[in-house]
Amino acid sequence: MIAEQEKERLTEVAVRNRNEMEIVFDAISCNESFARVAVASFVTHLNPTLEELSDIKTAVSEAVTNAIIHGYENLAGYGRHGENIPSYQVVHPGKVRLHCILEDDMLFVEVVDQGKGIEDINRAMEPLYTTKPELERSGMGFAFMEAFMDDLEVKSVPGKGTCVHMWKKMRCGDWIGKED
Amino acid sequence: MEDFQVIDNCLMVRMPEEVDHHKASYISEGADRLLVGENVENVVFDFEDTRFMDSSGIGIIMGRYRKISCFGGHVYAIHADRQIQRIFRMSGLCKVVEILPG
Repeated sequence: MIAEQEKERLTEVAVRNRNEMEIVFDAISCNESFARVAVASFVTHLNPTLEELSDIKTAVSEAVTNAIIHGYENLAGYGRHGENIPSYQVVHPGKVRLHCILEDDMLFVEVVDQGKGIEDINRAMEPLYTTKPELERSGMGFAFMEAFMDDLEVKSVPGKGTCVHMWKKMRCGDWIGKED
Repeated sequence: MEDFQVIDNCLMVRMPEEVDHHKASYISEGADRLLVGENVENVVFDFEDTRFMDSSGIGIIMGRYRKISCFGGHVYAIHADRQIQRIFRMSGLCKVVEILPG
């Protein structure tokens, strides 16, 4: 009985062309490039255009960077190779979870942290708004995620963490105008 | 070639392959060291090697622009590919940065 159910599930997976991956990594800045390259590799078999790939990489990079520097407040530079962490810099332990589902041509990306959360999500999503002006961040993170992906959803509980959901339909790059 | 170089009154900054938050403080600190120490009027960002940039790049350029614009300096970008130019346009940065061809 169980074997049959499993077989049914597997057939369903094959029919719906579903693929899923999940990685959990430390909230340090050297993992930002790892995260975006991982997602890019995950969608490679769809033969995405270079444009689609850089869109996805930029959006993932923004979400993961936000989790690291705002969620866990691990600010500049920690994780650089061959460099000691300055003594004044506190490293907050924490993990970022990156979860991707590919269903036919639809990519879903979830970036979750258990950091300090966002008090006012609408405010945070305004372009140019940043809570850390001293870091010379542009405040464009959420605006970029919104622009480069098709859909964006942000859930957050202050003190508990933040969860960013993004969707992007793949393989529709060619016939949409090259110039935006 | 050095990542940071002062030629005449121009600071040339060679941007790394990936411009993100991880690399941002290295670029900003390196550029500011020369901005303060040398007689720099304009800053040129060279994107020849750059294959990836996110909003951290905007922050880096805006920060340098703020430092030199009050003395009448300009910020230029060279070798910016289509994706980077798109990010410049989306963020409104093309109003303060002059994109030079080639």
